[in-house]
Amino acid sequence: MNEPQDKSRRSFVGTAAIAGAGLGTLALAPGLHLIQVSEANTPTAGASSKVRWGMLIDTTKCASGCDACVKACATENGINETLKDARQGSQWIRKIDLKNPKTGQEHSLPMLCQHCEHPPCVDVCPTGASMKRADGIVLVDRHICIGCRYCMLACPYKARSLVHMPLTEQNPEVPRGQGCVESCTFCVQRVDKGLKPACVEACPEGAMLFGDLNDPNSEIAQRVAKEKTTQVRGDLNLNLGVRYQGI
Amino acid sequence: MQTALTQRLEIPSFYTWVGIGALISALGTAAAFYMEHNGHHVTGMNNQVFWGLPHVFAIFLIVAASGALNVASIGTVFGKKVYKPRGPLSGLLAITMLAAGLFVIMLDLGRADRLIIAMTHVNWTSVFGWNMVLYPVFFGLVGLYAWLLLDRKMYAYSKVAGTAAFIWRLVMTTGTGSIFGFVVARQAYNSAIIAPMFIIMSFAWGLAMFLLFQSAMYKWQGTQINEAIRQRLNNVLGTFVAAVAYFVIVYHLTNIYFAKQTAFEHFILVSGGIYPQLFWGGFVVLGTILPLLLVFVPSLRSMPSSSTLASIFTILGGLAFLYVFIIGGQAYPLDMFPGMEVKSTFFDGAIDPYAPSMPEILLSIGGFGLFFLLSLLAVRVLPFMPQDDIAKLQASGALHD
Repeated sequence: MNEPQDKSRRSFVGTAAIAGAGLGTLALAPGLHLIQVSEANTPTAGASSKVRWGMLIDTTKCASGCDACVKACATENGINETLKDARQGSQWIRKIDLKNPKTGQEHSLPMLCQHCEHPPCVDVCPTGASMKRADGIVLVDRHICIGCRYCMLACPYKARSLVHMPLTEQNPEVPRGQGCVESCTFCVQRVDKGLKPACVEACPEGAMLFGDLNDPNSEIAQRVAKEKTTQVRGDLNLNLGVRYQGI
Repeated sequence: MQTALTQRLEIPSFYTWVGIGALISALGTAAAFYMEHNGHHVTGMNNQVFWGLPHVFAIFLIVAASGALNVASIGTVFGKKVYKPRGPLSGLLAITMLAAGLFVIMLDLGRADRLIIAMTHVNWTSVFGWNMVLYPVFFGLVGLYAWLLLDRKMYAYSKVAGTAAFIWRLVMTTGTGSIFGFVVARQAYNSAIIAPMFIIMSFAWGLAMFLLFQSAMYKWQGTQINEAIRQRLNNVLGTFVAAVAYFVIVYHLTNIYFAKQTAFEHFILVSGGIYPQLFWGGFVVLGTILPLLLVFVPSLRSMPSSSTLASIFTILGGLAFLYVFIIGGQAYPLDMFPGMEVKSTFFDGAIDPYAPSMPEILLSIGGFGLFFLLSLLAVRVLPFMPQDDIAKLQASGALHD
């Protein structure tokens, strides 16, 4: 009894689909089609395993009290929420001041996700939301993070934060979400366009160098090869993407 | 062929008890909804202490769940007849405790609404990922085991299921301990002893929860447990409590011996304010010494309430231990730059002043409410009340074997 109705519904759906497909291929302007618009942001190629993005931080140049990198990170990544308890705020990058009590020697340095080759956060994540891209950038997939915070327990650098409150005015290129864990992405949205991370660009002292550790001709690879650098908690053998000089 | 001797329980003021259990569970659920809606900034947790009071209660219940099954295992796997009528209750409480523990930990997730993702996207290198198999199989095995114990026709198969459940519970608690044991980043964890320590803790805490609930059931029934059986259970509880103390001593001695861990141990055991207070007052005095006195000093063990009191103190001691272990382990700052004085805008080098907020407290207690409610309903509708055939036990010499 329902057959005629079903037929007419099917034919309507079919017609609508054809019409939609036709609209999609419609030229809005010469060379510009609806379907192309929807694909405009699709990356043409994935991250390459030939690349290992890394950062070299010269603590002898990093000035105590300067937080240009922290501010640039917040602006770039839309970290603009204010919480009554600062301990609940997101910290993708922070400045740490060190003092050797025996010698009185002082250092200042930015601390961020170290983008480990063997990231403990990736090992412990129950859903695989914590992941490492082929080019070594460690990220959190916002769609499958359940907010269990196990990665925060496993991270030796206190580099991860849980978003503690609802967010507004986000940067569309940097999705964040209440109840999810997040950390420094090396400004992956910029790196994929051939730009440097915001913190590196903002550092007034030129203390932060970003580049491909796998490319022997890159400045970072050459300096890491020639100069003495330190991996924080090198005893853990995590082979960090971030190296420090001067500590 | 012998089935476990059990019966259904008529509970005086049943609906009042149901109401109390339901109210506590509902308050916990409402608190979780409030946290989920507003974000975790309404809790005392932050980005240094991100596992708070709910984790203390949830992990206690999850660890105790596996230990509660011990009573059944001693009966089925090791053939002790006194324990057999307690097998079904033991299985039931293991299931309800695990359900209650998971209720707390899952409702505390930042994205509790994405729970299904934890089952559809599993990372097998994660101990939490293993839990996606460990917990459901535990529910299934223990449920099957309890049914085989209760069904006269199927009783013969209970030994196989009981042995499987016993092995599985050891694996499961190894997993729970390894959540911490495999964390290399922190002074408090990163130790192979944590998994076996959690197993022995599960023995003590699970038995204490079992004895406490069992004593309520005897009270509801208006009868008393046979004194010889009560003393046997007391002895087992005392042995487990002493074994927990041994493991905790070795755990701390190991840390104290490692120079890089001594500052942390000093914090936890001496200078850390609430943490040493809870460790010495809560775990050592209340949770270890008092139960041992109650179950081993002749004048105290003969008091009818000694089992119940020893159980309550063991439970409180367990919660105190986990508070120190989980929260103290995070409150102490990460030692990224050994030998250096550290400070930052994000409180590096500083002790975190965590204090739980009301929603966290309600969610945590809600777990105990749910455990009570589920167990209460189950013992009302199915025969879980242990019935000891004392004459038969005495005749066969099984009362004291």
